[in-house]
Order: sequence, then structure tokens, then C-alpha cells
Amino acid sequence: MSTSVLSDRAAAPRPTQRVTQARVVLSEWTKLRSLRSTVFSLLAAIVCIVGLSALVPAVVAHHWPPHDPADVASFDPTGVSLAGVFLAQLAIGVLGVLFITGEYATGMIRATLAAVPRRLPVLWAKTGVFATVTLVLTVPAVLAAFTIGQSILSSQHIQTSFGEPGVFRAVIGAALYLTVVGVLGLALGALIRNTAGGIATLFGLLFVLPVVVHFLPSSWSDAIDKYLPSSAGQAIVQVHPESSSLSPWVGLLVFCLYAVAALIAAAMALNRRDA
Amino acid sequence: MIEARGLTKRYGDKLAVDDLSFVVTPGVVTGFLGPNGAGKSTTMRMILGLDAPTRGSVTVNGKPYRDHPAPLHEVGALLEARAVHTGRSAYNHLLALAQTSGIPRTRVDEVIEVVGLGEVARKRAGGFSLGMGQRLGIATALLGDPQTYILDEPVNGLDPEGIRWIRDLLHKLASDGRTVFVSSHLMSEMALTAQHLIVVGRGRLIADTSVEEFIASASRNLVRVRTSDVEGMRALLSGPDVTIAETDGALQIAGLTTDQIGVMAARAGLTLLELSAQQASLEEAFMDVTADSVEFHAAPTTALPAREGGRA
Repeated sequence: MSTSVLSDRAAAPRPTQRVTQARVVLSEWTKLRSLRSTVFSLLAAIVCIVGLSALVPAVVAHHWPPHDPADVASFDPTGVSLAGVFLAQLAIGVLGVLFITGEYATGMIRATLAAVPRRLPVLWAKTGVFATVTLVLTVPAVLAAFTIGQSILSSQHIQTSFGEPGVFRAVIGAALYLTVVGVLGLALGALIRNTAGGIATLFGLLFVLPVVVHFLPSSWSDAIDKYLPSSAGQAIVQVHPESSSLSPWVGLLVFCLYAVAALIAAAMALNRRDA
Repeated sequence: MIEARGLTKRYGDKLAVDDLSFVVTPGVVTGFLGPNGAGKSTTMRMILGLDAPTRGSVTVNGKPYRDHPAPLHEVGALLEARAVHTGRSAYNHLLALAQTSGIPRTRVDEVIEVVGLGEVARKRAGGFSLGMGQRLGIATALLGDPQTYILDEPVNGLDPEGIRWIRDLLHKLASDGRTVFVSSHLMSEMALTAQHLIVVGRGRLIADTSVEEFIASASRNLVRVRTSDVEGMRALLSGPDVTIAETDGALQIAGLTTDQIGVMAARAGLTLLELSAQQASLEEAFMDVTADSVEFHAAPTTALPAREGGRA
């Protein structure tokens, strides 16, 4: 073997080519923006939030006042203008799952993990990039939705404003809720490594679990329900929290804990499993 | 330099790689040969830290791959199936990988030109032909200008021009003193590309030798003789260590060299119409050596070379 021709460039890697967390973040940002499907999904989420903020308040204003006086008393102008958030969570949840399972489905994950063999920086970078992008896009979207919705409701003088207690928190909270839904989806996607399985698990937790819990005896369901991911997470979007739910910030904290737990499980699995 | 020591991988109750030890040295192209399911792709994934060995260890340039701070500069890898997101353009695929290591955009443009993907670099990789996908894989391997290359079936799906291009590239890399470890099911291609061979069957090491030695040791070299007196020749050459077979009027003789036969025929006054050494091809040597270790026999005929598909 002609080891004598081994060139001296083998000696030390150029320090400029080290993998760093910041570089992996830049890489994940490139991955996110360079797929048409992610751009369209995010766009769809924004269209849902802003579009329904015009549609739902317009319908409500047109039929005002409702027949039942109780509906007048419990009317929540903030919630009406944020109706699109509940549709947008589908797009953002699916996108969170896809951001990682898309790599497993195509085999890209092997190229990714060969470039970042320590692996965990990839999960942290994906989480950070996706959470930041979601928050940066949804905050202006919910602010716009609120503003458009209230201007439509003002035709019947039933609008509210940021000056009212709890309103600003609920509007910004809607963006925070959507962001955590996306992160939870990403963590479940990383854990399950399969698009269909990840999406099913995410929406099973968010939408099906509460239905199942409601079939339990009410002494049980009342105690459990407020700690479920969706109930806890949506507490922050309510201007006047119901007595049965957690307080807004505690609810968001509980929802975040679900996402963190899923991320920790995903990190352990990513470290341990074969790619 | 790649060093595997007692490398073992078990999937459930199936032993994919069984106590494999070998060294891949710089300066030559080392071929990694074995029939379908022999554990080649699994071994390559273990080298890259993608799969964890059940037992044993493997290092690249003295360290486990995972411990290298600049992995893309250390090893360039072309992985089996296309490890590319189908929705992303070739350029953005390479850019995202380059960015993990701070490799500049100019280098991305450079490798795209080197592999000849300049015109399609902005198109979605999902629409690429197999050959274009392989070129993108090679571009990925070249990104960090590494010292070690691990290529799983690089010529798969390439046209003859592409195959020659890969062969020249591998020779160039090896002659620059780099370590080149390349798997292929195309044994005739390996004969032209590799200087050294590591042959595996059912996860076990079968041979670790030069291409010439592998052919010489694994096959009996035959001599083909045509003569006007077949029976006389048969009688003349018969001996304890000599086997003679007759195919369409010519004798296939094992155990004697052309020189010996020529001299014997001249002394006996027999006319030789043809006297030629029939060297076994690498393919025949390979089939000989791995005959017992082919995991998935094709029904009755086993003459087809096993194609490495591996676990996706």
C-alpha cells in the first residue's frame, strides 16, 4: 500500500469547516424556505387567520342581534375575529410534523445526520427555526385579524379593543398557541418518523383525546379535561377564561410542557436509534 | 484510513454484519464486493455513524466518525438510496448541507459544475434521473473536499460516459493520496476501478486482497487447446493433478500451463491449432468465492450477478 503518497492535508481539518449550532440553524432555515410545500402551508395558515377574521365577523354582524339574550351577554368579539386560528392550527401542525418526517420519507435524514453526526443540533435547530418562523408570521397575522374583525363588528357597535382586560393577551396568545402546536407536531414527527403517524398522533392528542375524556364520568372528565393539551393551550386565547379551565398563562405553560416532554423523548430517540 | 474491528450488526435475530475487521488504506481505490444482503450498505452506514454497531467499532482517520468536529471535511459519502429531499433543488440541497459546516456558496457552485449538473441545479431533485441523482450524490461527497470517500454503488444508473467519469475521478482521488472505499455489484467495473478488494458474504469477510491476487487465488486458470488429434492430446496430458474437459471440439485444461502443454505437444509431435490461457474474470472469481454465501439465490439459475439492494 502506497501510504507514502498520503498528502499532509489529512493532518488537521480546516477550523472553518467545523459544525456549530449556529451553522446548523442556518442550514435548517435554508431547508425550510427552499421547499414549496412549506411556503404554501405557511401561506395557507396566514390566509386562514386573516380571511376568516373578515368572514366570521361579517356574518355575525349581519345577523346581529341574536335571538337568545344569553348569546348577547356571552358574546366574545375577540374570539370571533380569531376564528381562523383554529383552522390555521391544522396547517401549522401538519407542517411541523412534515418538517422532520419529510426527511425520513425521502432519505434526506441520512445526508443530514452524516453532515451533523452529533445529531441533536439538528433537532434544536429545526425546533428553533420553525418556532421563530411561525411566531414571526402569526403575530402580525393575528394582529391584522383582530383589527379587521373589530372594524367589521363596529358596524353594530359590538367591537372590543386592546384596552379591554385580557384582549391583547388573548390575541398574542393565539400566535403563541399556534407556535406551540407547530413545535409539538415537530417533536412528535421526530419521535414517530412517519408523516401519517405523526399527524394522526398530533391531532389525536389535540382533538380526539378531549372527546374521549368527555365520555368519562363527569367527576373524572372535569378533573382531567383542563390539563389536556388542547384545553390547556387554548386557555390563553380566551379573553374571559371559563371557571373550569386553567388560568391563561398556567394553561400555556402546561401546553409547553407537553411539547418539551415530546422534544426530550424525540431527542433521546434521535440519539439512540439507527438513522 | 478506515479501520473496522470486529464490526457486528444484528437486526432482530438476523446477523447483517458478523465480526468484520478490515483496514482501508489511502492511495488506492478499495472495492467493497459482496452479493445481495452481504452487509455492505450496513457496514457503510456504521462507518458514518448512522447505524450503531451491536459489537465492535470502526474509526475514520483514527476517530469514530461522530467525534470529528468537521465531518464533511473528513469524509465524503455517497449513500445508497438517494438521500435527497425530492422537493428541493439540487442547489438548495447542497447549500443546506454546506451550511452545516460553513462551506461557502462558491464551493457549492464549484461542485455542481464539476459533476455537470449546472443546467439543472435549480430544478427539483425529485425530477432527476437515476444518473443525475448519482451525480448529485457525488457532488455532496465532494463538498467538504475530504480526505476519505465512502461511495455506495456510485456507478449505479450512470451511462458509459458517466461510468468512465466516476472511474477517472476515483483514480484521481486515490492517486492524490486519499482514501477511497467504493462498493459495487458490478464486478467487471471493480476490476477496472479498484486496486484492492474487500469481499464479504453473509456479513463475513471472505477476502481482503489485491484484485490480481483475488482472481489468481479464487479461480483455477484454464488453458484452451485445439488440436487435430483430440484423443491423442487427451492421453498425452492426462495426469493426477490435471483435469480435462471438452467443449465444442476444444479441450479446457486445468493444472498445466501453456508452456508445459506446448513443450509436451511438440515432443509428442501433436499439432496445436490453438493454445491460450483463459484467465478467469473477476466476476467468475467472485461467483466462485461467494457461491456459498449468496443469501438470496435466484431460482435455478444463479449465474446472474447479485445486485446490491440492501436495506433502504
